[in-house]
Amino acid sequence: MNRLATKFRARGADSVDPGPDRLRERQGTNLLASTETADHSEPTRRDFLYIATGAVGVVGAALIAWPIIDQMNPDAAALALAQVDVDISAVKAGESLIVKWRGKPVVVRQRTDKEIASAKAVNISELRDQVARNANLPDNAPATDANRSAPGKEAWFVMIQICTHLGCVPLGQAGPYDGWFCPCHGSQYDTAGRIRQGPAPENMAIPKYEFTSDKSIRIG
Amino acid sequence: MSGTSTYQPKNPVAKWFEARLPILGFAHSSFVAYPTPRNLNYWWNFGAILTFMLVAQIVTGIILAMHYTPNADLAMNSVESIMRDVNYGWLLRYLHSNGASLFFFAVYVHILRGMYYGSYKEPREVLWILGLIIFLLMIMTAFMGYVLPWGQMSFWGATVITNLFTAIPLVGNSITTWLWGGFSVDNPTLNRFFSLHYLLPFMIAGVVGLHIWALHIPGNGNPTGVDVKSSQDTVPFHPYYTIKDVFGLSVFLILFAWLVFYVPNYLGEPDNYIAANPLQTPAHIVPEWYLLPFYAILRAIPNKLIGVIALFSAIAVVAFVPWLDTSRVRSATFRPIYRQFFWIFVAVGLGLGYLGSQPPEGGYVIAARILTVYYFAHFLIVLPLVGLLERPKPLPSSITEAVLARNAAKA
Repeated sequence: MNRLATKFRARGADSVDPGPDRLRERQGTNLLASTETADHSEPTRRDFLYIATGAVGVVGAALIAWPIIDQMNPDAAALALAQVDVDISAVKAGESLIVKWRGKPVVVRQRTDKEIASAKAVNISELRDQVARNANLPDNAPATDANRSAPGKEAWFVMIQICTHLGCVPLGQAGPYDGWFCPCHGSQYDTAGRIRQGPAPENMAIPKYEFTSDKSIRIG
Repeated sequence: MSGTSTYQPKNPVAKWFEARLPILGFAHSSFVAYPTPRNLNYWWNFGAILTFMLVAQIVTGIILAMHYTPNADLAMNSVESIMRDVNYGWLLRYLHSNGASLFFFAVYVHILRGMYYGSYKEPREVLWILGLIIFLLMIMTAFMGYVLPWGQMSFWGATVITNLFTAIPLVGNSITTWLWGGFSVDNPTLNRFFSLHYLLPFMIAGVVGLHIWALHIPGNGNPTGVDVKSSQDTVPFHPYYTIKDVFGLSVFLILFAWLVFYVPNYLGEPDNYIAANPLQTPAHIVPEWYLLPFYAILRAIPNKLIGVIALFSAIAVVAFVPWLDTSRVRSATFRPIYRQFFWIFVAVGLGLGYLGSQPPEGGYVIAARILTVYYFAHFLIVLPLVGLLERPKPLPSSITEAVLARNAAKA
């Protein structure tokens, strides 16, 4: 800035005491002349003002852009942590209950011995997605049947029944693995909800849940 | 626009107005005196037909919005009340829903016309890309409109399509949640889709304006692909092509009327009359017919991310056609090899459409994979190679010569 100021003063100094108004006027014409005559070596005060104005404009646009974008994110009502208590006393072995949690279907199933055995017989290394995807466990927990089923109650199985491909609800106890089969694009899951074939990339997700008693589960 | 404006208003009010805003002269040079090649065939009707359809969709859509309620609990009932209670509501809704189908039918003919006659070639590349932008906006608009009745197909179509974004690494889930306004497709999603469905047609109208502007700079192509060389090669747009367009549009409207009055639900899915149920996906979900080829490409690929990339690439690759086609001859009339590949491409597109409507099992998946590979090969291998290897037939020296030669052959 100092350098610029010096320059302006130097340009105005060719006449004797021109007075402040005349000086400003001359500087203006000089500046115009300098940009027109390819004198690009020295940035002018006008350049500085252009950049400063532009920068303020960009900051202002960014400040107003965020509320405009963020209003589309889930609102306070949607974010309010929803918990659902599920009475599981009526669910016999081989039966499922589907409850709606956060707008999504969550299956609570008491698996048969055969289903448990077939899930346990799988070698983790054959799985496409070898991570448990269980919100109750660390992110890197391996996708063993024990990590997928309820802790200490391997018959009980709680899962968000949404295909990890494009969000359809797979059909239960269907497909070659007798687990879940997605009718939309043909993804096949085993009896522990792990992806085995088809376009889905991940095992179906397991939500946070706990047994509040032997007859009741709290999801969320 | 390039047409020489011969507009000389005689009416003093028109003179006064023209001196202040020369819009009458602009309209005159664009749509009356506009010099148009004398040999355009009926495939050139579809620009006018599409303009008509856009206006028809906007008019019926604005009326439907007066009766529709964008709320997850009320949407389906409001659509049913449009069908049963609102005066002529059934007509307006059937015009709008079948109008969308015919809009896409016309746009596919229009795009294929461009591919056959090389309409995308220099100097019309920007015109071509603007057209593709219109097509993309149309897909978005149609998709969001299909969600509004909030039936089973609406809900699950919205779920599947918004889930495409979860394929994006790292930020995919956040983007999808942002699109939904929740943790699944729900009332906030319906609300914003309604807002955007109302907005996008006006954006389409804006890009259509640019599309027509970009068309009027070089002027229309024509079936010979030979440039206009003298005023002998052209006729004024009015009355020659206004009449031809009105005739073509009338024939098109017969098809439209048949759909609306005789088989109004033929192109729809019966499942969409079942109210949306977030806990149950219909056994067989399919998009509307006009998106089936792209849906088949998505399902052909057994990997989520690559499938989604292929889906978007299938549309994006069309934008590069002006540079992928290496031939210096525009019209397929004079390109014996390309002409055959063009029709194979059309057959592949129809085949993909059929496969998209079938369940994703066994032979259908294998066939869809083969056709998907061919679809991309057409653009990335066939277009560049045929242009280099093919020996085109001799071109007529002018449009007039081609027309006169054809008339002589007929006589």
